[in-house]
Amino acid sequence: MPTKIHVENVRKSFQNDKVRLQVIEGLDFDVKEGEFVAIVGPSGCGKTTLMNIIAGFLSPDSGAVNVNGVVRNGPNRKGIMITQQGSVFPWLTVKQNLLFGLPDDLPNRDALADEYAALVGLKGFENNYAHELSGGMLKRAEIARALVVKPEILYMDEPFSALDALMSLRMQNELLRILAVEKHTVMLITHDVEEAIHLADRILVLSPRPTRIQASFDVPFAHPRRVSSPEAQALRVAILKELGVTDSV
Amino acid sequence: MKGLRQAVPSIVVMAVVLAIWWAAVAATKSAIFPTPWQVVTGTLELARDGTLWEHIGASLMRVGAGFGLAVALAIPLGLWMGWVHGAFVTLNPLFQIMRPISPIAWIPIAILWFGVGNASPIFLIFIASVFPMIVQTTVGVHTIEKRYLRAAENFGVTRSKLFLKVVFPATLPQIIVGMRIGLGVAWLVVVAAEMIALHSGLGYMIIDSRNAGNRYDLVIAGMIIIGLIGLMLDGFMRLLEGMKVVRWRYAH
Repeated sequence: MPTKIHVENVRKSFQNDKVRLQVIEGLDFDVKEGEFVAIVGPSGCGKTTLMNIIAGFLSPDSGAVNVNGVVRNGPNRKGIMITQQGSVFPWLTVKQNLLFGLPDDLPNRDALADEYAALVGLKGFENNYAHELSGGMLKRAEIARALVVKPEILYMDEPFSALDALMSLRMQNELLRILAVEKHTVMLITHDVEEAIHLADRILVLSPRPTRIQASFDVPFAHPRRVSSPEAQALRVAILKELGVTDSV
Repeated sequence: MKGLRQAVPSIVVMAVVLAIWWAAVAATKSAIFPTPWQVVTGTLELARDGTLWEHIGASLMRVGAGFGLAVALAIPLGLWMGWVHGAFVTLNPLFQIMRPISPIAWIPIAILWFGVGNASPIFLIFIASVFPMIVQTTVGVHTIEKRYLRAAENFGVTRSKLFLKVVFPATLPQIIVGMRIGLGVAWLVVVAAEMIALHSGLGYMIIDSRNAGNRYDLVIAGMIIIGLIGLMLDGFMRLLEGMKVVRWRYAH
């Protein structure tokens, strides 16, 4: 598989009241096309900053991010960001949200929006506004809005953290089901190691700030995965150990 | 049914106020201050000969014109000031100074510039309602949550689409709040402006009733009608707040 995202020696610091805070200290890694890479790390280590740099919302102080071999210099519709807070426009209906990213002159845009609403299980809710949806449905709408523009990469920053545990699990399975059809490259930030093991092909563990890659784990299990299997649990313990948690399970 | 039960206490309070008023007039045997019933008969008299409707129509027309002009200017200007930082820092200080000036203070200038015709009260209403609407619209743009602007940026939409599908609808709830404030002030001001120099309108009716033979029944009738129409106008603006495209903002 060719390299999709190439992160090269990225550094980032923030200036805050004359204090210079080094957030990212020389990060290098590649993400292959169609790969699902999860990033875990202690809270406040700069995961979100890193994701914003890769998605193009922030520029690094030095180093570069290449996507498809081209230097990334701003966000674009080929890589859509999905965050914990969500950004489904509350003043538009589900359908209008899905249509938002599609060019006005696209001939089948209407059918496309319906198709993706159905794909995430929102058939029948196309004309509902955000405040008429549950948290899980809102997340589905956001995923559908991202997918309908046919992005190459999904950037997911703790996408399911605001949901309750059961809904989070359900959405993880939904995501896997959709990805089996759509085959996107995915970068996922999460604090939930089990979520990472459940979803990702590879897990990068970041160190505390200033952050760098501390460890990398391949997740060789076939889907559908059982996180409770001994192999998966052994991997979980190993990752938690990297994060400084000695698990007693 | 629930609404009806909630209305009971306020109806009781109004009935008590009326009763006290009636009793006080009866006890003092006032020759000038009317009883509630005299206010009712006075109102019916004016309604029957048509002058009441002329006054109401004149006041509403002035508010419509002045408020309409203010909306037409304030919304585009407020959006521009909210979006373009340079426009904000240039114009905001001026508007912040002009905003606290009571519209009543503009009356002499209004008369100087526009005489005693319809243009003066329309100008005063415009002045009174334009600033709160500019301010609210600007605040509305400034408080658009960054995550929405980011999402729009992510999808790489055109500027016009960004404006029509994100900036304007995101600001609309604040615009409506501004319009509600603006219309409230406009209604306050039209009555005051008509008291100064004109020959129609509810404000004129109040002053004229007093001057033409101490008809305090009509003075009070005018006051009550002003209150009721003001309530109605606010009710219309509340209907706007109930629209589905803006409810997200008021829901919490």
